[in-house]
Amino acid sequence: MDTLANLALGFGVALSPFTLMLAVIGCFLGTIIGALPGLGPSNGVAILIPITFTLGLDATSALVLMTSVYYGAMYGGRISSILLNIPGDEPALMTTLDGYPMAKAGRAGDALVLSGVASFVGALLATIGLMFLAPLLARIAYLFGPSEYFALYLLAFCTLGGIASKNQAKAAIASCIGLGIAMIGLDNFSGQPRLTFGSLHLMDGVDFLVAIVGLFAVAEVFFFIESHGKNTSIGVKFERVTVPVRDIIASAWTMLRASVVGFIAGVLPGAGASLGSFLAYMSEKSIAGPKGGFGEGAPRGVAAPEAGNNAAAGGALVPMLTLGVPGSGTTAVLLALLMTLNITPGPTLFAEKPDVVWGLIASLLIANFVLLAMNVPLVRLFVRVLQVPPWVLLPGVTMISFVGIYSLSGSYFDLLMMIGFGVLGWALRKLDVPTVPIILGILLGNHMEDSLRRAMVISGGDWMHLFSSPIAVGLWVAAILGFVAPMFLRPLLRRPQAITD
Amino acid sequence: MASDRIFGLVVTIVALAYVASATQIPLSLLSDPVGSRSFPYLIGGVMALCGVVVMLRPDPDPEWPALGTLGALLVTVIMLVAYAYALRPFGFLIPTAIASGVLSYQISQRVLPAVATGLGLSLGLFALFKYGLHLGLVAFPKGWF
Repeated sequence: MDTLANLALGFGVALSPFTLMLAVIGCFLGTIIGALPGLGPSNGVAILIPITFTLGLDATSALVLMTSVYYGAMYGGRISSILLNIPGDEPALMTTLDGYPMAKAGRAGDALVLSGVASFVGALLATIGLMFLAPLLARIAYLFGPSEYFALYLLAFCTLGGIASKNQAKAAIASCIGLGIAMIGLDNFSGQPRLTFGSLHLMDGVDFLVAIVGLFAVAEVFFFIESHGKNTSIGVKFERVTVPVRDIIASAWTMLRASVVGFIAGVLPGAGASLGSFLAYMSEKSIAGPKGGFGEGAPRGVAAPEAGNNAAAGGALVPMLTLGVPGSGTTAVLLALLMTLNITPGPTLFAEKPDVVWGLIASLLIANFVLLAMNVPLVRLFVRVLQVPPWVLLPGVTMISFVGIYSLSGSYFDLLMMIGFGVLGWALRKLDVPTVPIILGILLGNHMEDSLRRAMVISGGDWMHLFSSPIAVGLWVAAILGFVAPMFLRPLLRRPQAITD
Repeated sequence: MASDRIFGLVVTIVALAYVASATQIPLSLLSDPVGSRSFPYLIGGVMALCGVVVMLRPDPDPEWPALGTLGALLVTVIMLVAYAYALRPFGFLIPTAIASGVLSYQISQRVLPAVATGLGLSLGLFALFKYGLHLGLVAFPKGWF
């Protein structure tokens, strides 16, 4: 078995004491990041990237550290959903629906343990799925030429804009802002500066890390200043942690089904973990029917979104690693990390750097067990973390962002740009414009243009070349459907309202 | 309604300005069929179109903050810009203490916790970055000690 041999190689890398230590640190930091309201996985990973970079870690170590943070954040998001009725990150939104009522009924400890186990099942199955699906997809990806890649990038923007936002036009504007920013700098083909307005600072283009930290972390600070840190009280206290064996057994099938649904949602480029947890919850709700008590603190309503969201987090790594197209906001940030480390994701990654890919997969498997251990017996510790008040947390986040970006380039210009992106992010989010497509645009803009131009060089300027292969046509159809279909499906897929006291 | 109409208008103007500046991109002699300008044109075109769509079909207005809060946000932005410029000439500790103290006050509206946060974060982060992560930070301005 190829996979087993590769996995053995991976464990060879992952089981070195240093890598193992990084995985544990990553899991710990990630759970904290996920648990803290106002510091979601994208923010958390974004502000840690510049720091990781200045530490001078090699590619595998940096990747292991950051993906452990990513997985950890997916586990941690549930803690504040259940105890505070505030999702620690966006995918954890669905967990509030049944988690908080369950906690109010005095079963906070049970809900935390059950959701921890569900997270484990989802993440473990997704990592196994990643192990088998990613090499397969990498083999298909070899068939991709420039015109297929162009269609694929388009698909990512369309599904992200179509599914993940309420207003297609606004999502498209966000994508265009990102793509437009990506054009700044030297033209890859001619080497001429473009749209730099004569500024030397802009010759290298806009660093995506500056944009990410600005749009995610700095913008968040503005939101907290606007609300003066309200909505952040400890909601439910809990005393003892027991393992609700009966609930875990009763929701075993729920976890399995939710993992499958979540994984598929995660693999779709642009869809991501929020869609995974949403679909998992809704499908379980309809299977259980009105007698299932969903929305009133049903244990299965806690297990389903958590398994779904963690499975989607693993699934989102599949298109990111094999095609270089991230499936969610946080994987977009991880893609930024890969690019910073000079690793080009894509099918060749599996052939040329098997130690990186399989080391990563093996570390994810290990990270899952570490996270289960951290999130079930040690859950009390993380509940303590929730008591860090926002007036300490957010200034801290800001200062870390400044030092991180400053240590990357040592230029004031980047810091000013980061503040600018923060203001932009605040205004756009106020107007209900999603900011993830901007990041995706900045990350993928040059690749997208290059593939278009290469396709045209190959065909000698014949635009029909873009639709010349069945794969390309399929991707175009999927892209158009992904953008248009949600307009008609939206009334059917209304999100359930969060519970208010 | 009004917010989105203004937003759509701004987006359209920015997009058109983008296209206009893209016409100034120098063309190289060794050009490919697409050239350096087409993709920026395409982006600008799509963006302008979407701006018009948003103008015509606006969403309900968001809740904009009161004038006082907007002032606080403006103060924060100015303070962050000042912090960015102060970081090199004044060292890490003093600007960080002031900046994080001000930020903390903006969120909590209480003086004592803000002062404590400023001092604590400044010293704590310095220790973390300097001795934990070995970043080359300068504590105080040159020539003080």
